[in-house]
Amino acid sequence: MNWTVAQRILGLLLMMFSVTMIPPLLISAWFQDQSWLPFVESFAFILLAGLVVWFPVRGKRKDLRLRDGFLVVASFWTVLGTAGALPLFLADVPSMSFTDAVFESMSGLTTTGATVLTGLDTLPESILYYRQQLQWFGGMGIIVLAVAVLPMLGVGGMQLYRAETPGPVKDTKLTPRITETAKALWYVYLAFTLACMFGYWLAGMPWFDALCHAFSTVAIGGFSTHDLSIGYFDSTAVDLVAIIFMLLAGVNFSLHFFAWKNISVRHYAQDPEFRAYFFVLLVLSSIVVFSLFFLGTYSDPNDSFINGLFQSVSIATTTGFTTANYAAWPGALPVLLIFASFVGGCAGSTGGGIKVIRWLLIAKQGAREIVRLVHPSAEIPVKLGHSAVQVRVVDAVWGFFSVYIVVFGVMLLAMMSTGLDQVTAFSAVAATLNNLGPGLGEVAAGFMTVSDTGKWISIVGMLLGRLEIFTLLVLVTPTFWRH
Amino acid sequence: MKILILGAGQVGSSAAYHLSREEANEVTVVDISADVLRELQDRLDIRTVVGHASYPDVLERAGANDMDIIVALTDADETNMVACQVAYTIYHTPTKIARIRAADYMNSGKLFTQDAIPVDVRISPEQLVCEYIEQLILYPGALQVLDFANGRVRLVGARADKRGSLVGQKIAALKEHIPNTEGRIAAIYRDGKSLQPDGDTIIREDDEVFFIAARQDVRVFMSEMRKLEDPVRRVVIAGGGNIGVRLALALEQTNQVKIIERDQSRARVISEQLNKAIVLVGDAADEELLLEENIDNVDVFCALTNAEEANILSAMLAKRLGAHKVMALINRPSYAELVESGSIDIAISPQQVTIGSLLAHVRRGDVVKVHSLRRGAAEAIEAVAHGDAVSSRVVGRKIEDLKLPRGTSIVTLVRGDQVIMAHHDTVIESDDHVILFMTDRRKIDKIENLFQVGVSFV
Repeated sequence: MNWTVAQRILGLLLMMFSVTMIPPLLISAWFQDQSWLPFVESFAFILLAGLVVWFPVRGKRKDLRLRDGFLVVASFWTVLGTAGALPLFLADVPSMSFTDAVFESMSGLTTTGATVLTGLDTLPESILYYRQQLQWFGGMGIIVLAVAVLPMLGVGGMQLYRAETPGPVKDTKLTPRITETAKALWYVYLAFTLACMFGYWLAGMPWFDALCHAFSTVAIGGFSTHDLSIGYFDSTAVDLVAIIFMLLAGVNFSLHFFAWKNISVRHYAQDPEFRAYFFVLLVLSSIVVFSLFFLGTYSDPNDSFINGLFQSVSIATTTGFTTANYAAWPGALPVLLIFASFVGGCAGSTGGGIKVIRWLLIAKQGAREIVRLVHPSAEIPVKLGHSAVQVRVVDAVWGFFSVYIVVFGVMLLAMMSTGLDQVTAFSAVAATLNNLGPGLGEVAAGFMTVSDTGKWISIVGMLLGRLEIFTLLVLVTPTFWRH
Repeated sequence: MKILILGAGQVGSSAAYHLSREEANEVTVVDISADVLRELQDRLDIRTVVGHASYPDVLERAGANDMDIIVALTDADETNMVACQVAYTIYHTPTKIARIRAADYMNSGKLFTQDAIPVDVRISPEQLVCEYIEQLILYPGALQVLDFANGRVRLVGARADKRGSLVGQKIAALKEHIPNTEGRIAAIYRDGKSLQPDGDTIIREDDEVFFIAARQDVRVFMSEMRKLEDPVRRVVIAGGGNIGVRLALALEQTNQVKIIERDQSRARVISEQLNKAIVLVGDAADEELLLEENIDNVDVFCALTNAEEANILSAMLAKRLGAHKVMALINRPSYAELVESGSIDIAISPQQVTIGSLLAHVRRGDVVKVHSLRRGAAEAIEAVAHGDAVSSRVVGRKIEDLKLPRGTSIVTLVRGDQVIMAHHDTVIESDDHVILFMTDRRKIDKIENLFQVGVSFV
């Protein structure tokens, strides 16, 4: 284990993170909302903490090994969740306990979007902005950003990148240099954010709301500046803009990169994961829209259409915006939507869940077993598009899937033992582990009523979900620490 | 620079390693084996593409359409040639370098033209290694012999021993010892660390000294470092592969050559190719065979089989049985470090020999030769100064006025046929071949910039 190198990078990353306290300060100055102090304090504290960690080992320049990558990413996300909670904890309005502040900050960074705050509409703008900004940094990954702007990470950058990016196949680089790849991803991300903000603004949002919601939309986060979420605006145009950008952000960003580079959209249609993603969403939203229509939940068919479509996309991509109280929808619809969040976004997107490509591979294996029953001696590789998937990858998918189920089960039991009923506990675990946000039952609007123990379990769940379990899990195995 | 490397074998991997370490390069590697590539990508900051190296589709995925250089280093000559052809025809890649093993291809002059097989630079590792060993045999006592300016100047590395007349004295004494020859001591390595030599540096026993001298003066210089050895007469080569046979062919007219090959039928084939050399069938690590062939009288024993472990062991055995000097072909740098300090006199690293000539073609500016020394720790470069005092940053300037990066020194100039040892006030003229020595190769881009003719003046 290369402690000193990990420590050096951790210190650097913390110092970099302290800079993110400056934009909320500017917002605070702009709106004169009198809550600049917590940001100044947090800035100073995090910078100092980073300096203290970095200074003793500043000269150590070894390459990062594979193991160190896991250690850095896992510890950075843990430390960041806590450090990011500082301004919320220190602020007078809202006054939050330490647990609540960490919950809110982790929910932001992991792009979950579950909240413990009520009365958002009355909070200072800088605090509101800060929550959205946390989601934005967490969406593409703050470590990917670090790899892009800190060139000294070098080869080690690849280890960090792999430990943070979601998906079963992490070796594909967009460009030969990892720094360039990280930059490319962030450029695409930034472009989407600006486009989304412009779209919201055109649809009638004030610029501040447009900026804040653009942050949480492209990050597939789900935080809002209003208690009623997107429903506050009560505008079909806003809903449509949100739907479009949630859809785009749930797609693998390397597809967007190639679209931008080759100025062509043809490869979207050729990508098997994109097709599956689109197909799932299409089927899901049709079921939801028709059910709402035939069960007569809404008197106006247009409402059925727009609310059904919005909630389907929002929940299935694991964003978690709401325009309607979907938890009160009739029949199996609420549970169907929660189930859809297990699918989540594509690999390499900002979405959560198990990821479309893993489901696709699992489904293809199911199909393969059927063919094998008919032709027992056939040699049938699992194929994506026209190329066979490596056996290693297929194995890894199954490994991930089973660990996901086990973690889910353990967390479900833990949540129920804190006194939650089964529906609430189930949806709360799904909402955190899939980085979705809102659940059903007691947690339909937020996690305010959950006990402190329950909140800490959720914090662990959100982190596990964002880092796709293994990055965190590997640290608690004896194999990792054995030399 | 965007560089596409085809084939992630030994030479391909080490090319990727050296090139990707330089900030300015973007390296993509293509290979047929996903496992090899995954392992490579873990270590290096490169992009990898799995596929057959000469297929247009694979090259397309690897981004061939905006590559500056394509380096084909797969096992098969044919794949390399076709890959260059594809890159030229479809993607108009400006520079195409290919490894060509077969001498038949290399020797047919008209083959490699733009309208036949457009390979700009052909590299034959076997030929390079063979020439390298030939030089070492020509200068007994040398650890490394490198040619510059078409062989007019040679850079020689030798280990000082106490019988050399300069050992124990200051470098400045060189002028009195050999007043009529000009040469330069470029670098000294003591206990594995480099010293920046000046006139007051005292040469000690066991120092590794690199000096540059005109071809005819090399032997005189060598006698300053160590007792001159007699010219090599008897050579035994273990391993009748491509390199072994080439070397035997090159040496058999001037030396007594014996070549040991394990395989009966292969021995038959090479015995037909060779005229004077004796082909022995047997195991190079067979003590009886070696003794029977008078190993204790052999001047040089070269272990050149494909198996490096076998090379090391048979060379050690030969040394113990009394061979005067033993060399072994060793691929892994770590093995070379291990054995060279002890039981084996010279470890020959084919990839290092190849990499040097490969890197020369990847350089910007008019860099003619790049030689790696001491397994890549240092580099000797031959660059040509072009342009005039306005467009070039070197022409018309005194050496002391040049802004050279640290650890870099200009050692020699070659002007036409004349070899000029560099002094601080020597003025560089256009078309001079400048030979530089650098101990920190990461600074090489600064040298490239120095020798590039300013774009705005062309």
